[in-house]
Amino acid sequence: MQVTSAVPLARDIDRRARADARHDRIFHRVLKFCALLVLATLLGAALSTLWGGREVLFGHGLHFLTSDSWNPVEDDYGALAPIFGTLVTSLIALVIAVPISFGVAIFLTEIAPTWMRGPVSAAIELLAGIPSIIYGMWGLFVFVPFMANIEPALSDTLGNLPLIGKLFQGPPLGLGLLTAGIVLAVMILPFISSVMREVFQTVPTRLKESSYALGSTTWEVLWDIVLPYTRSAVIGGIFLGLGRALGETMAVTFVLGNSYNITASLLMPGTSISSSIANEFNEAVGVHRSALIALGFLLFVVTFVVLLIARLMLHQLAKREGK
Amino acid sequence: MSNAGIYLRRRLVNVIALLFGGFATVLGLIFLVWILWVTISNGLSAIHPRLFTKITAYADQGGLANAIVGSLLMDMMALLICAPIGVLAGTYLAEYANRSKLGASIRFLNDILLSAPSIVMGLFVYVIIVLPMSNLTHGNISFSGFAGAVALALIGLPVIVRTTDEMLQLVPGTLREAALSLGVPQWKLTVQVLIRAASSGILTGVLLALARLAGETAPLLFTAFGNNFMTVHPLDKMASLPVAIYQYTNDPSPAMHSIAWAGALLITLFVLALSLLTRLLFSRKKVSYE
Repeated sequence: MQVTSAVPLARDIDRRARADARHDRIFHRVLKFCALLVLATLLGAALSTLWGGREVLFGHGLHFLTSDSWNPVEDDYGALAPIFGTLVTSLIALVIAVPISFGVAIFLTEIAPTWMRGPVSAAIELLAGIPSIIYGMWGLFVFVPFMANIEPALSDTLGNLPLIGKLFQGPPLGLGLLTAGIVLAVMILPFISSVMREVFQTVPTRLKESSYALGSTTWEVLWDIVLPYTRSAVIGGIFLGLGRALGETMAVTFVLGNSYNITASLLMPGTSISSSIANEFNEAVGVHRSALIALGFLLFVVTFVVLLIARLMLHQLAKREGK
Repeated sequence: MSNAGIYLRRRLVNVIALLFGGFATVLGLIFLVWILWVTISNGLSAIHPRLFTKITAYADQGGLANAIVGSLLMDMMALLICAPIGVLAGTYLAEYANRSKLGASIRFLNDILLSAPSIVMGLFVYVIIVLPMSNLTHGNISFSGFAGAVALALIGLPVIVRTTDEMLQLVPGTLREAALSLGVPQWKLTVQVLIRAASSGILTGVLLALARLAGETAPLLFTAFGNNFMTVHPLDKMASLPVAIYQYTNDPSPAMHSIAWAGALLITLFVLALSLLTRLLFSRKKVSYE
């Protein structure tokens, strides 16, 4: 560009400024469009499964939610058994994973010598990196036979207890709700423990030191100072793990046994929403397929609500921290 | 209770709690070692050159060549879809909507998408891509590698959005001010200064997304379906390692199981190597920032 006088220079600058403004607007719009795609994904996942399952969701209505029969031959579908399986396995997973994650978090923040913390927490987080299909294979080929060996002992001991005894009576197949719950527990452990570890570290040192100065033991500091301070985030972390457990497919499909049962015994085979979909989808046609997509819709709604609660809880602590 | 008694009880509770913490950690590590050991020992004994040269059509006399090719192809396609969208969306969150309501809600919902069940993403893509394609082509094209890649992209997208957002927020504000004071337009500042400054962090996000989606099975079942023959055409049904492992594990024959273990070892090594690499990239980046 040749500059001969002040006039064209001013015009050039003007033109350049206008071009810049235009490019800025285009760039802004492209970015905003991409960000809105994230919203579209969530909305699309909900709407498309609602649409795909409309035949069953609107056609059968409440029957789908309240019936426990699942009969592809007569096209009669009730979601109760898969919902039951999903909830029970996730609850077992939480009951096992929450105390263990808490223990891991205690170890990593209070007990372990500093040089040990990095490697050990990296190793625990490695558990989260293992693909779920590997959990499924390990579960089926290694953990199911292992459980089949210890289940008779479980029935003989816990099975005789008054209230919870019924839960542990049943055939020692190895497969079943309890096994699936334990595999899920191992899977969600790293998620819960890493949230706990992170939020435990946000507790102001002066609070802990004040408590120590008054003569508290490490456990009392944890239980009376650290936990109350981080309560909302800890609950958020637990819900995050619950969200993972509810939606997990591959790890439970092999070890659940895939049978539409609602039983009191945790040793019996069962099914879950995600494993029903994975097992049957490719052989299903017509109403059957629609019923499976409707199950997917239910799963998505439930996990969405659970994850929403998790994130809100986690935000609460972050807000107090002033982040 | 006497003072000494109370004191003893408190110390006892403390010791039990701390012992429990150690025990829980050891338990977690035992499961890690157990799973890795089983995968490695079963996988190594099944590794054979024909895994990489023969296709799954030969069943227990065959290998996983088509599944490996299919997986690589779909993973790459998925990254090509989700990396640009994710980086741009993350940039929007960090640079344009950092304090706006829209930005906050997208960031919040992206966090939810991060742990949404992957099988639902498979159903989503089945309804919006597989079904319409099959209706349009009268069933000639239904399940396809492309649909599988889109499903995987949906899994990777929130990972990239989140890391890009976080990494850009780590870039010091002085860089922005310096560039703006020179009269650089916002888009040029974003592309040439900020994204470049955060590039290693953004790359970490892309690798994390790859590690995440490479192991996914559930979203591929009803999108890419699987194929016993070699194909590189994106509109064909396409085999993938996770789906092949799933099918072989469901097979009653032990010979098929051992091939499944070999595939499992390949995936695990790939995913763990990726996560180690990201750790390395990230720790180096942290140092260079301080």
